[in-house]
Amino acid sequence: MSTVILLLFTGLGLGALYFLVAAGLSLIYGLMGVLNFAHGAFLTLGAFTGWEIARRAGSDNWGIFLLSLIIGAAAGAAFAAFTEFVLIRRLYQRHIEQVLITLGLSLATVALFDGIWGTDPVYIQGPAWFKDTTDILGARIPNDRFVCIVAAVMVLLALVYFLKKTRYGMIIRAGVENRSMVTALGIDVRKAFTLVFTIGGAAAGLGGVLASHYFGYVSPMLGGSLLIFAFIVTVIGGLGSLTGAAIAAVAVAVLQQFANFYLGGTGDFVVVLALALVLLFRPSGLLGRTA
Amino acid sequence: MSTAAEHRPAEAAPILRVEGLSARIAGQQVVEDVSFTVPATGITALLGRNGVGKTSTIKAIIGLIDRTGVVELAGERIEKEATFKIIQRGVGYVPEDREVFSGLTVAENLRLAERDASPRRQLVEELFPDLLARAGQMAGTLSGGQQQMVSLARALLNTNKILLVDEPTKGLAPKIVGEVADTLAEAAKTVPILLVEQNLHVVRQLAEGAVVLSGGRVVHTGRALDFLDDAGLIHRHLGVSTDAASHGDPVEKGAAL
Repeated sequence: MSTVILLLFTGLGLGALYFLVAAGLSLIYGLMGVLNFAHGAFLTLGAFTGWEIARRAGSDNWGIFLLSLIIGAAAGAAFAAFTEFVLIRRLYQRHIEQVLITLGLSLATVALFDGIWGTDPVYIQGPAWFKDTTDILGARIPNDRFVCIVAAVMVLLALVYFLKKTRYGMIIRAGVENRSMVTALGIDVRKAFTLVFTIGGAAAGLGGVLASHYFGYVSPMLGGSLLIFAFIVTVIGGLGSLTGAAIAAVAVAVLQQFANFYLGGTGDFVVVLALALVLLFRPSGLLGRTA
Repeated sequence: MSTAAEHRPAEAAPILRVEGLSARIAGQQVVEDVSFTVPATGITALLGRNGVGKTSTIKAIIGLIDRTGVVELAGERIEKEATFKIIQRGVGYVPEDREVFSGLTVAENLRLAERDASPRRQLVEELFPDLLARAGQMAGTLSGGQQQMVSLARALLNTNKILLVDEPTKGLAPKIVGEVADTLAEAAKTVPILLVEQNLHVVRQLAEGAVVLSGGRVVHTGRALDFLDDAGLIHRHLGVSTDAASHGDPVEKGAAL
């Protein structure tokens, strides 16, 4: 029983990270039709920025940890806004070029991060409480899992509030459904594009800082490794659906953890199999439109 | 319900001038060298067979599809502007198939369309009281007629220089067709309308002027009644009999207007 609980919470923690990446991916694709392969770079930059804050200001400190979350999110947001404004804006409706430029950016940023921080992982420590465990039904759950879960839930609630209660949220929901009609109501949908990229980048940057504590290190490849599963989550959840991304993130991560433990480390294979089944029998994903 | 016969065409400067308008979709020419004007009052019908380029012409005017040529709104060139800026200049657009946002409530659909500092909510509430009662309902769950009301209401919320209305009665029950026609007649008292419409009875009831497209080009312009009363013109350009035209029967055998 304790193993099941441990796997469940570890899966929820990992699902939280997947969600933080997939939320931006899903909204960006849903609104703009952009497959953003550079999204992992936003996460990696956030992680390294958070690590720099912790390294300079002291890691065993809740205040510094919270500051690193904010700065990491801000770095991801700024990089994402820059990417949209400078690179993507001229390429809307040109999907091949979008893929090439975001893929190129992701490769270039890995090389850039290699150059700045080196190719080896840099290890990170958070507040001492992170190293402790909490006993739940006999399972000793590492505390950093709870931090990831709480942060992802707060981001989800904030995004839902933003989408449901604000005018820009309304524009984004409408734009995901029918972008040209939003324009035909006299709304400059490009502002919403930049905003969605910025929000997605902030969530990814936040996810980067949390991922560095979840895995215990930061490396230039961190974003890329999480991005693969975030894409899978985005497709399974349904392109453009935030709630779908949240459900799929938890389902994929928990499935992955259980398969890794009980089926001889086949977690990644099982996740890809789940993706194939969804594409075969429900190509629109759990809550979205057709992939 | 007033008829076009009661309104003589107004001799006013055009609110919209289109000259040499051409457009392509996926490499195929859908509008070719189209030129016409829309007067500053009343309803002008844009007619033609199915697939002749009426919807594409409307979309090209507001830049929803790539186009070349001149488009003038109230004497000012707008063809180089982005769609949202053209709309902000005072163009109301009611698209074919309504295109309401199905995942948004009726109230949200309307709020999204508000671009004036003082949107005409009271007018919309008077014209569409049913929408007020359904404010919290998801627009995707409305009937076709109700969705058309939302689509019309979105355009009427703002003060416009012109309304571009694309097949507003398409697929609606006869009773709802009458309500939509009444709404357009009411709206036309304050704003000129360029109307794409396949129901000839509605065209006869509402339109003062007519612009007829064939093969992506303008083949006839003039008073709507002059065109509708000419069996030869109707048959040549629309492919329907005068019986269908005068009685407002649905257009037959692929010869929709």
